[in-house]
Amino acid sequence: MKRRDFLKTSAGAGLAAGAALSFGGYDKLWSPSTAAAKYDLVAVMGGNPDAMFDLAIQELGGMGTFVKKGQKVLIKPNIGWDVIPELAANTNPLLVKRIVEHCFKAGAKEVYVFDHTCDNWVNCYKNSAIEKNAKSAGAKVVPGNSESYYHEIQIPGGVKLQSAKVHQLLLETDVFINVPVLKNHNSTRMTCCLKNSMGLVWDRGYWHSNDLNQCIADFALYEKKPALNVIDCYNVMVKHGPQGVSKEDLVLMKSQILTTDWVAGDAAAAKMLGVGVEMIEYIPIAHKMGLGNMNLESLNIQRIKM
Amino acid sequence: MTTPLLRRLRIAFSTLIFICFFLIFVDFRSLIPSKYTNILLFLQFIPSAIRFYSLQSMAAGGFLAVLALTVLTGRTYCSFLCPLGIGMDLNSRIGGRIKKKFRRYGLKKPFTILRYLLLAATLIVTMVWGIYMLTLLDPYSIFGRFMTYFAKPAVIEINNFLAGVLGRFDIYYLSDIPFKGFPLIVYAVPSLFFLLIGGLSLTKGRLFCNMICPVGTLLGLLSKISILRIKFDDSACTRCGRCAVRCKSSCIDFLNHNIDVTRCVGCFNCVTTCQDKAISYGIVSLKKKEHVTDENKRKLIATSVLFLLGISRIAKGQDKPAPKPKKDSTVKEERKFPVCPPGAGSIADFNKDCTACSLCISACPNGVLEPAYKQYGITGMMQPVMNYHKSFCTYNCTICTEICPTYALHPLVLDAKKLTQLGKVTFIKDNCIVKTEKTACGACSEACPTKAVYMIPYEGNLLIPEVNVDICIGCGHCEYACPTIPYKAIFVDGNPVHLAAKKPVNQESEIKTPVEFPF
Repeated sequence: MKRRDFLKTSAGAGLAAGAALSFGGYDKLWSPSTAAAKYDLVAVMGGNPDAMFDLAIQELGGMGTFVKKGQKVLIKPNIGWDVIPELAANTNPLLVKRIVEHCFKAGAKEVYVFDHTCDNWVNCYKNSAIEKNAKSAGAKVVPGNSESYYHEIQIPGGVKLQSAKVHQLLLETDVFINVPVLKNHNSTRMTCCLKNSMGLVWDRGYWHSNDLNQCIADFALYEKKPALNVIDCYNVMVKHGPQGVSKEDLVLMKSQILTTDWVAGDAAAAKMLGVGVEMIEYIPIAHKMGLGNMNLESLNIQRIKM
Repeated sequence: MTTPLLRRLRIAFSTLIFICFFLIFVDFRSLIPSKYTNILLFLQFIPSAIRFYSLQSMAAGGFLAVLALTVLTGRTYCSFLCPLGIGMDLNSRIGGRIKKKFRRYGLKKPFTILRYLLLAATLIVTMVWGIYMLTLLDPYSIFGRFMTYFAKPAVIEINNFLAGVLGRFDIYYLSDIPFKGFPLIVYAVPSLFFLLIGGLSLTKGRLFCNMICPVGTLLGLLSKISILRIKFDDSACTRCGRCAVRCKSSCIDFLNHNIDVTRCVGCFNCVTTCQDKAISYGIVSLKKKEHVTDENKRKLIATSVLFLLGISRIAKGQDKPAPKPKKDSTVKEERKFPVCPPGAGSIADFNKDCTACSLCISACPNGVLEPAYKQYGITGMMQPVMNYHKSFCTYNCTICTEICPTYALHPLVLDAKKLTQLGKVTFIKDNCIVKTEKTACGACSEACPTKAVYMIPYEGNLLIPEVNVDICIGCGHCEYACPTIPYKAIFVDGNPVHLAAKKPVNQESEIKTPVEFPF
C-alpha cells in the first residue's frame, strides 16, 4: 500500500468512526417486548388513577415487560395547559407519579418527563402538579420550551409529514411511554394517544397548516413508537377541549386504558367519549397505513371493574 | 462627621441597591415576588412622582421622601439610590483602571444654561404636552432600558450557555430561554444614550448628572437649602487639591473653599481623600452671599422661552391624535389600534404615564411585551406594546400590572384581569386553513382560554372557527397560534379603552358517568 493510499484510507475510516460515534446515540432501536404482553388492551374502571394503573400494569405482566434493567425511560404526559389538576386538561399527576415509580421498580436507570406545552411552560409544569409529583418519585422533569432541545428526524413514507424536529429525549431514551389524557378536541374532535405526540415535536404549526389529521397519522410512522400507552380517562373533558373553560366540561369516568397499540387505544378512547371512530379522521388514516388496529372486536381486551 | 466610613457606607449601600435593581430587571425566571420589587421602586423619583400624580395618595409618596432627604442631606439620592448614577460610578472606576487620567477630575465650570434649560423644558413639556421628554431623560427609565435591551439578553445568553453545558450532564435545573429581540429601530435611543452616558462616565465622572439629568438638576436646586453638607475647615486645609481631583462632580473649588452644592452628589470621596482632615460632612450655617447679577441666568430665561416655543412646534408636529373608542366591532382586516398591556385602562391614559422604563417588558414571563416603534406614534416610542406574533398574554398572570412604578399599569387582581378585554378578536375566513386548504386546523380555538373562538360545522366533517367577541379578552393566544403566513387568519385589534369582557357561560354536559365499558 502506498503511503498516500494509507493516509486516505485511514482518514476515511476515522471520519466514518467519528460519524458512527456521533450518530450512535440516535441509532438505538426501541426495544419494547410487546410480544410478551398477554392482552392487546386492558381497561380498568372504578378506582383512583394510581390504583387502576397498579392493577392494569399487573394484567400486562408488570412494568418489567416494557422496561428492562438499566434502561432510560421517557414518560410523555399531556402538560399542555396552565390549568389545575381538578380541571383535567393535563394528565393526572398521581398517575404520572405512579408510572415513574413502576419504572424505577422495574430497574429503570433514569426516568424523564417533559412536554412541549401550549401555555407558558413554567406555569404548566407547576400548576398541573406534574412536575412536583414526577420529581417526588425521582424522575427528571426536563424543559421543552426551546428549539435548541429539538433535533431533525426523517419520516420515510409520510404523506404530508416527511420530517420533524423531535425532542432530544425521544432520541436518547430506550423506552417511550405515552401517557395522554382523554379529551374532546375542537378540530380533530378527540385528543388521546396519537395526538399526544404533537407535544414531542417543535413545529406544530406545520401540522396545523398541512392537513392536521394526515400529519398526526404520519408521525406514527416514525420508528420510535411508544412501548406502552396509558390513557387517563379518570376525569374526561367532553367539550371545550383541549383546554376547557370550567368544571362543567368534565365527566367523571374513573377509567384507564393500557395498550401497546396506540391506534387501538384511540379507537377505545373514542368510544369512551361517545364519538364515532370514523369522525376522528386520523384514526382510520393510521389504521389504513398499518400503524395499528382500530377494530376493537378483533383485539384481545381485558376489562376490569374495581 | 469626618469619618472615612461615610464613603464605605455609600459604596456598600449603593452596591446593594445596584445589585437589587440589576436582579429585578434580569429576573427571567420570575423568581422575585413583585412586593419586593415595589419596595425597591418606591423611592425612584420620577416614577414615584408620576404615580403620586395619578393616585393622589401618600402611598405613592416616595418622591416626597426623596425631596425631604435632599433638604436634609443634599443630593445623596444620586449616589445612594439612583441605579443609573451608581452604574456611572462603577463605570468611572473602570475608566480609572483603563487610564488614571480619567479619574483625575478637578474643578470644571457648570453647564448652568444647559441644565436649567433642560429641567425647565422637561417640566413644561411634561405638563403641557406629555411625557415624552421624561421618557427620554428620567434616569431610572434610562437605566431600565439599558437593563432590558442589553443586560437581560446578555444574562439570557449566559444562562443558555450554562443550560447547554448542564444539559449534557443530564442536569436540567437551568433551561434554554429563547430570546427573540425587539424591532431594530427601538434600539436607537437606548444605544445613543448608552454611548453618551458610558462615554461621559468613563472619562468625566458625573457630568451627565450635572449637565443633562433633570432629576439631578432639580435636586441640585433643592440642595441649596440642604442642612447637611460637605464643608471645609479653613485652618486645617493645606490646599493640596486632592479633593478636587477626586471629585466626580468636578464641583470643588479648593482654592476658595467653595463647593458647588447643586452639583455635589454626596459621594464623600473628598472626605475620605483629604489627608489634613480639613473636609467633613455636617451641618452648615448658611453664609450671606453678595448679590451679583448673573448674566447667565438672564440669558437662560431668554433662551428657555425661545427653546420652548421651538419644542412645542416639534411636539405638536409629532403628536398622534388621541385614539377614539370604536363604536361597533365590525370586522376589518386591518389593525386600528395597538394592544396595550393589561392594567393600562386606555391607550391614552397609558401613553400619558409610561416613561418606558421597560420593567414590564423585562418581567413578562411570556415575552409578549416589546417596545413600540410606531404603534403609539413617535412620542410613544419604546413604551411597551403587545406583540401577538411573538407571544401571547398568559391567562393566569398579572405580573406587569403589579410592578409598574409609574402606575401607568394599574394593579389588577387575577379575576379582574381575566375579564379585562385588551382587544377584540377578528376572524378572517379567507385566510383560514380550513377554507383555503380544506383540512382541519383549529389552532386558534384550541388556544383560546375563554372559548371566545370556537368551532362550528363546515364542509363535510370539517369544523371552522367562529368568534364570540363578548367573552374575548384579547389575550392574543389565537393570533399567536394561527399558523398562516404572512397574514394571520385571526388577530386581535386593540381596544383604545379597555373594556369588561363577559364571563363565559358553561353548562353541564349531557354525557353521564359510564357504568360499563362502551367497547
